[in-house]
Amino acid sequence: MKILVERAFGPIVEGEAVVSEEGFSPRYDLDRWTGVITKPGHKLEGTSIVDKICFFPTAKGGIAAGWAFYDIKWKKIAPKAFIFGVTNPVMVQGAVFAGIPITEGWSPHPREVVKTGDWVRVDPGRKLIEVVKRAA
Amino acid sequence: MELTPEEQAILGGGRGEAASRALKYQIEVGKFWGAKRFVPVTNVHMMGDIEVMGDAGLEFLRNEVKQRARCAVPTTTNARCMDFAHCERMGQDAGEAVKEKEIIAALRRMDVVTTDTCINYQTVYQPHLGEHVAWGDTGTVIYANSVFGARSNFEAGPAALAAALTGRTPAYGFHLEEHRKGTFAVELNAKLDDLADWGAVGKLVGESHQNYYAVPVFHGYHRTPGADELKHLGAALASYGSMGMFHFVGVTPEAPSKLPDEKMVVSDSDLEAVYRNYKLGDGDARLVVFSGPQQSLFEMKNLSLLFQNKKIKSGTTCIVTTNSAILKQSHDLGYAKILEDAGVTILEGVCFYILQNLSPMREKNRWTNMVSNSAKIVNIIGAHRFNTILRRTADCVEVACSGVLR
Repeated sequence: MKILVERAFGPIVEGEAVVSEEGFSPRYDLDRWTGVITKPGHKLEGTSIVDKICFFPTAKGGIAAGWAFYDIKWKKIAPKAFIFGVTNPVMVQGAVFAGIPITEGWSPHPREVVKTGDWVRVDPGRKLIEVVKRAA
Repeated sequence: MELTPEEQAILGGGRGEAASRALKYQIEVGKFWGAKRFVPVTNVHMMGDIEVMGDAGLEFLRNEVKQRARCAVPTTTNARCMDFAHCERMGQDAGEAVKEKEIIAALRRMDVVTTDTCINYQTVYQPHLGEHVAWGDTGTVIYANSVFGARSNFEAGPAALAAALTGRTPAYGFHLEEHRKGTFAVELNAKLDDLADWGAVGKLVGESHQNYYAVPVFHGYHRTPGADELKHLGAALASYGSMGMFHFVGVTPEAPSKLPDEKMVVSDSDLEAVYRNYKLGDGDARLVVFSGPQQSLFEMKNLSLLFQNKKIKSGTTCIVTTNSAILKQSHDLGYAKILEDAGVTILEGVCFYILQNLSPMREKNRWTNMVSNSAKIVNIIGAHRFNTILRRTADCVEVACSGVLR
């Protein structure tokens, strides 16, 4: 019920998990007016990430993502945290700028521990993610 | 992180509130990546326009100006979201144009040189081997690291702006020797006659190795690639693979003498499969785009040859984007006139995928497909719900003029 992460930033947060098998970019995949993943064919197409704890295996592309996190936070459609298997500097620079918790590296793999809909707690200081309550 | 006396002074407000805030922010980012120190940078390239920044970013910038934020090193801007000469006809918001002008004015007050180009490496500043810079737009970063042997991480808008104000960036990633080694080898057993082919290579290699720290080493190619070819390769690797560096044996300055153990091959049949796998949707062929990155002078020249004595099919929109310097030369050399006579819309200082109001623009024009010779733009425009199709340059011109998509 626990995942250790390698690197982390931000305050402790709790929220509903969204676990993705596909990577993420707020520019390539996300409608930045609704917080819904709209890229045709994305494995989470149609899923809202608003107020969620988002697990993504990888980060995709894009410098423009750096402003996008601040923008969606301002619009109140940001996730509560980004949990990446592998991320890139843009995601980290963007999340730190927006004050959104972000982590990289995980053990074990989230698919063994957490499912979409579970309530999870992210503690960047202890580099720890815990499942608090299973989805009904 | 260890701070020099100068950095401690910046942190303490010696260079103003904005620089102090910027350094605090950079320390948080540096700590995440385990950076032990800062490195001074000589040049900054930043992304900042109303489409990517939104009202939140604009408000942030207003505060920076109030705090008299000022660049400590030469700083240029990336492509933006509006060409004011075309924005009304393109259906962009007048209110957003006012904000865009405010952003440009704010950046200039901070001493940012608003070049509005994503091909700074071809037209504005070429750093030398080992030079530390802080560049944004992933295509510029991978070119700086790979082709020049300069050193930069992907620096997002807020991070690049912070580097501009402090004149430094945290030493992690591609600033460090240990991340600049090749991690897997790619044999190029293909002709690669068109720029789209180079982007397709970037797609194949990037998609299969999505990792910022994966550094492909290309080898076995039968001739020396040109700057535009490496540009499309790099832009696609950065886009599909989130990669910041590649090596090209015999071409790039830090290419290793020994190949990494992991190996892959890209052949002509792999490329044909890339083109074949794009779904044509409803067959809509009314939008053809040459952008992402902006066109170089030689790309403009080639397009003018392909569009000579041709006309864009009625009802089709064909867009070319470049920067102001290339556009001026293209006018002087007659390339722009040929394109305009053919019915091409040339946009200056922008990139298609960040155009303000792009989703409503797509709906209003009932565009469903976007055809391009840029593998990068084909990848990154999905959130606007385009079905995208990569085609070779001459094929794109053919689609634009015939209205038939194959």
